[in-house]
Amino acid sequence: MKPAPALAQGFPDLSGLRIAREPHWFRWISAALILLVLAAIARAFANGQIEWSYVSRFLTAKVILEGIVNTMVMAVLAMMLGIFLGIVVAIMRLSANPVLKSVAAGYTWLFRGTPLILQLLLWFNLALVFPTIGIPGLWSARAVDVMTPFLAALLGLGINQGAYTSEVMRAGMLSVDIGQYEAAQAIGMGRLRALRRIVLPQAMRVVIPPLGNEFIGMVKATSLASVIQYPELLHNAENIYYANSRVIELLIVAGLWYLLAVSILTPLQMLLERRFARGTLRLAR
Amino acid sequence: MTKPLVAIRSVAKNFGEFQALRNVSLDVWPGEVMCLIGASGSGKTTLLRCINQLATIDAGGIWLDGELLGVREQGGKLHRLSEREIGRQRLKTGMVFQRFNLFPHKTALENITEGPTQVQGRKPDEVRTEATELVRRVGLAAKADSYPAQLSGGQQQRVAIARALAMKPMLMLFDEPTSALDPELVGEVLAVMKELARSGMTMMVVTHELGFAREVADRVVYMDQGAIVEQGRASDVLGAPREERTKAFLSAVI
Repeated sequence: MKPAPALAQGFPDLSGLRIAREPHWFRWISAALILLVLAAIARAFANGQIEWSYVSRFLTAKVILEGIVNTMVMAVLAMMLGIFLGIVVAIMRLSANPVLKSVAAGYTWLFRGTPLILQLLLWFNLALVFPTIGIPGLWSARAVDVMTPFLAALLGLGINQGAYTSEVMRAGMLSVDIGQYEAAQAIGMGRLRALRRIVLPQAMRVVIPPLGNEFIGMVKATSLASVIQYPELLHNAENIYYANSRVIELLIVAGLWYLLAVSILTPLQMLLERRFARGTLRLAR
Repeated sequence: MTKPLVAIRSVAKNFGEFQALRNVSLDVWPGEVMCLIGASGSGKTTLLRCINQLATIDAGGIWLDGELLGVREQGGKLHRLSEREIGRQRLKTGMVFQRFNLFPHKTALENITEGPTQVQGRKPDEVRTEATELVRRVGLAAKADSYPAQLSGGQQQRVAIARALAMKPMLMLFDEPTSALDPELVGEVLAVMKELARSGMTMMVVTHELGFAREVADRVVYMDQGAIVEQGRASDVLGAPREERTKAFLSAVI
């Protein structure tokens, strides 16, 4: 074997030298400026006409706590209804049956095409259209008794959410490789079983970030149900300030609770993402 | 008298204007290893997919184990079978895909047990024992709990073979099983297939590995433009082809 050729001269040995720290002047200056602006805003609010004692007093008032509980209950239930409808509609949309396909498209078109607050008002006022509802010959009731604020809010929010979620789910299913359907078929699975066992679990990984987004949207969208007397957070805060006129203080209370709720949801979403990331390279290695 | 396991009669398949299969007739005998060779677009993959009913044929008929696939003759007409019946017919065949198509959210072992437990409704314990034996048979006992993303291409394809075998098929279909593999990984997959061939499994293999065909195949079928051009013993078709098209293909490949 030939010896390796000698290396050329004039290129000094740099091992042992460290890379110097950069001063990052701009970062320091911009951070100082932002702190200054924040301090100014804090000072303005501290001296403004806000009675902070009302904020702390009502932050844990019973009516407010009931409000946030109702908000979260409604958000979870409506989201569950929305995800259920979303999955069903997405499957219908991707089926070969033209009837199912157009029903799914029509649903999405109708409920995405009208404002949510209008849908809530329509559900709540259903009794104006159908004074009694029921199954002919079996059961009937007065619509005003059935269509409580709770049910109207659940239907309004959930069915509207289903229209958006169906598109998220459809995107997730389309993201799964066609070879996965074929492999599932090749081991004898029917379409629905392949969807449930093979395709949906893989689609979940893709749809959780947008669904988390949708759920955060839902937590705040429940505040629209205040217009149909559902006793959620904003509705209860409003009821208090109608009585004591501390409008800003109670809006701040409500705002803080919404912020807290959303802040808790973000790490929950990360846990869920990890659950459905099974088998992906990032976690496996 | 033995009957062919697969009987293909006058099968045609079109994709729009393109004729993928034209008037193909073929018998595959129990225990036979058949290699299908030909240029891409010659119809050999389509033929496999028609036998596994991932594609439906436009004319002719395919019988597997004496049973007509995909349709039922009644009152002088052919009626399509339900999805459930097609699923039952598919259980007689095992399919190995070019791109493996393992389920990425399941471990190697779970990939293998999925069909027997979910589709065949067999007992999980019993299936697990069999699956463990299958993983060992394809030389991956140590990787049973790995996810597909943690396995090399060759290892994934061996798991895919085990997954197909777990359904206890009568016929194994291989669709270019080594085409997506790095060259150094081809050998391990072919070794598993050779062992399977020796065990007496009936196999149809679409492949570009002429060395494998020469060594293992009982019969080699050369297809071009959707039709069978030449078939016979591997040594004859590959060593002394009669048809000009076969000669041209072989000289281009080697």
